[in-house]
Amino acid sequence: MHRADSGEVVLAGTAHGAMTPREAIAAGVQVIYQDFSLFPNLTVAENLAAGQDLGSRRWLLNRGRARRAVAEASARLGVTLDPDAEVGSLPVAGRQLVAIARALLADVRLLVMDEPTTALTHQEVARLFQLVAGMQARGIAVLFVSHKMREMLAVADSLTVLRNGRVVAEGPMAEFDEARITRAMTGHEPGSVRHAWTPPPAGTPPRLELRGLTVPGEVADVSFSLMPGEVVGVAGLLGSGRTELALALFGMRPGYAGQILLDGRPVELRSVADAVAAGIAYVPEDRLTEGLFPARTIDENLLAASLDRQGGPTGWLDAAAGQRAAAGAIHDMAIATPSGDRAVSELSGGNQQRVVIGRWLLTRARVLLLNGPTVGVDVGSKAGIHRTLRELARDQGLAVLMVSDDGPELAENCSRVLLVHRGRLAGALEGDALTDSGITDRLRALT
Amino acid sequence: MNTRWLRSPEAAVAVVLVLAGLLIGAANPAFWGWGNLFGLLRSASVSGIMALGVLVVLIAGGIDVSFPAFAAAAMYLSVRAVADWGWPGSVGFMFLLAAGIGLLLGMVNALFVHSVRLVPLIVTLGTGAVVRGFLLGVVGTSVVNVGRMPPDAVAFGRLALVGWEANEGRVQLSVVVLVWAAAALGVHLLLRLTVMGRGLYALGGDAEAAKRVGFDVRGLTYLAYGLAGALAGVAGMLHACVAWQASPREFIGLELDVLAAVVLGGASIFGGRGSVPGTVLGVLLLVLVNNSLILLGVPTTWQRVVVGAILVGAAGVTAMRERGRRPAASITAGA
Repeated sequence: MHRADSGEVVLAGTAHGAMTPREAIAAGVQVIYQDFSLFPNLTVAENLAAGQDLGSRRWLLNRGRARRAVAEASARLGVTLDPDAEVGSLPVAGRQLVAIARALLADVRLLVMDEPTTALTHQEVARLFQLVAGMQARGIAVLFVSHKMREMLAVADSLTVLRNGRVVAEGPMAEFDEARITRAMTGHEPGSVRHAWTPPPAGTPPRLELRGLTVPGEVADVSFSLMPGEVVGVAGLLGSGRTELALALFGMRPGYAGQILLDGRPVELRSVADAVAAGIAYVPEDRLTEGLFPARTIDENLLAASLDRQGGPTGWLDAAAGQRAAAGAIHDMAIATPSGDRAVSELSGGNQQRVVIGRWLLTRARVLLLNGPTVGVDVGSKAGIHRTLRELARDQGLAVLMVSDDGPELAENCSRVLLVHRGRLAGALEGDALTDSGITDRLRALT
Repeated sequence: MNTRWLRSPEAAVAVVLVLAGLLIGAANPAFWGWGNLFGLLRSASVSGIMALGVLVVLIAGGIDVSFPAFAAAAMYLSVRAVADWGWPGSVGFMFLLAAGIGLLLGMVNALFVHSVRLVPLIVTLGTGAVVRGFLLGVVGTSVVNVGRMPPDAVAFGRLALVGWEANEGRVQLSVVVLVWAAAALGVHLLLRLTVMGRGLYALGGDAEAAKRVGFDVRGLTYLAYGLAGALAGVAGMLHACVAWQASPREFIGLELDVLAAVVLGGASIFGGRGSVPGTVLGVLLLVLVNNSLILLGVPTTWQRVVVGAILVGAAGVTAMRERGRRPAASITAGA
């Protein structure tokens, strides 16, 4: 996809200069991209067949072959794929499985996986690693590009660490541990933190309280409260309703039943506008398609939700006020950019995530809902974002609800983690019981 | 599988078409006469063939508004070549020539869209204008009327597939319908059965993903625009055979009707969706609407209003349909 300026790639003893995607595929290289590169308007079967048909240089399509491909992929991955489902209608996790299936079905000799498990939960990840082991046994080389150190330590034979485009460490996995990897990736020591939360004075109403929140088909009778300054986590398996819970709180499920109270007062969240007006902010699962305007500048993205504050009585936008606000957000969120005038697509994943969070802070939000806040973000930025979130909770009294699949993230940042299963609350973890393995064990016990 | 089809845009157009037919038939029983139905098919054929080309380009994620100009150019040049410049006058050769001219012009579109990376709407607006202007300014404005028309073309246009004498005169199914049917079948098979056809849908669905999966994006672009141009050429030549004249001012403004028909038939302006059955139904429905308006005595300007409204309405419905696609539980975490 990017043609090299110099150097060469040696595959199975054959040196290649700059390659085209087709040449790479012909040489047995398959890449599973972070954005999956699937066709949203085609069905699962058609997507899986596409790669195969091209590889075999056939002219005619064969529906039977496509359906067999889906059946084979389903068996290998241990999930049930609906061959006629339109890929565009699948949730992120579903699309990822299709992407992985497509690469697995090709005649692959080198499989490159770019952040393959970001949207997968524990079961799928375990299954994926089984598949990787199976592929290794068949002589397929696997290149795993990831920020999740625990996974790398579990599955890889050797490790290469890149920073700023250069190799800074490499060697057999046995020589590495989390601390050494983090040091190589970020250049400094990892911090080990736990969010310290002091409860507000007695009698303070909860910032956010849910009583019997029900969304037909997605969430059933959920009740809990969130105090100012608290960071509460939400964990659950694929399809458990954890995302839908956050969406309901952001006004994206207008048909909900039950009560939602903000600072003790009932509110009706029947639209996103209602939620924003009530001071609720939502940082979505997939920042590239749900959170940012990629072609627009950083400033425009930051100001997008608070333009109403930027206008004077005449309705004209006050550009100077906007610039000041944006500059303030860039500083507060420590977004690494020389100017706010750059396109937001040029930023790294971690900085992009900071832009999304920063946008909501400019709306003077009082409740921050986060869904996968550090998905696809490197270790150094992740720590920075976590630090920022904890500071926001502590200093500004923001109530933070963090939906996440990242066990260490939840354990380090939350004072309490709620477990969601089939749309219901199935328990909570706090204090010493709140660890990454504790969450994993409890979730596994739910199935 | 069956219920899915019922919710498809093609099913919706089919239902509307049948309902419209019933309504009009109730008001005017002569509607259901073979003569009238054959006549409708005949008037739909030329734009029907053009619509197939536009469909292919839309599916591939582009758009083409140059086809009326290309059709006129291919038709006029082919007819003038035989009538005035002494080229061989067989019908087969003329169609081949017209298709070839259309193909070449279509490939110019593809060149600008792919290599220069210009927005397809702008490209085709420009090429259409250039070709039309060139045709009128350089080749000439003289209309080739029936007296000068190559006799083979005129004879071809008179051909009927079936025909019989009825009370009101001769009733026959013109050969143009067969040409449309053949073109429709060909495009349908390309889209449904070939890897290239799947590639067109893939390109329209996500051009970047198509590149990464290894589709030949350049080849597919040339295929889409080239095919649209060739089909426009065939359609233009067909029109000359049936109308018994070739005018360089033909088809002006036709892009609205054809585009409206294709979108009505379920093709998405955003690319990646559409089918030949849907397009055929859309063309038939639009011809039906236009016919009814004429019979009702509605002035042509109001016909434009109606067609324009249909275009916006149909495109709006498609857009709402796309937005309404919500994540469904089609993955169940396994055994």
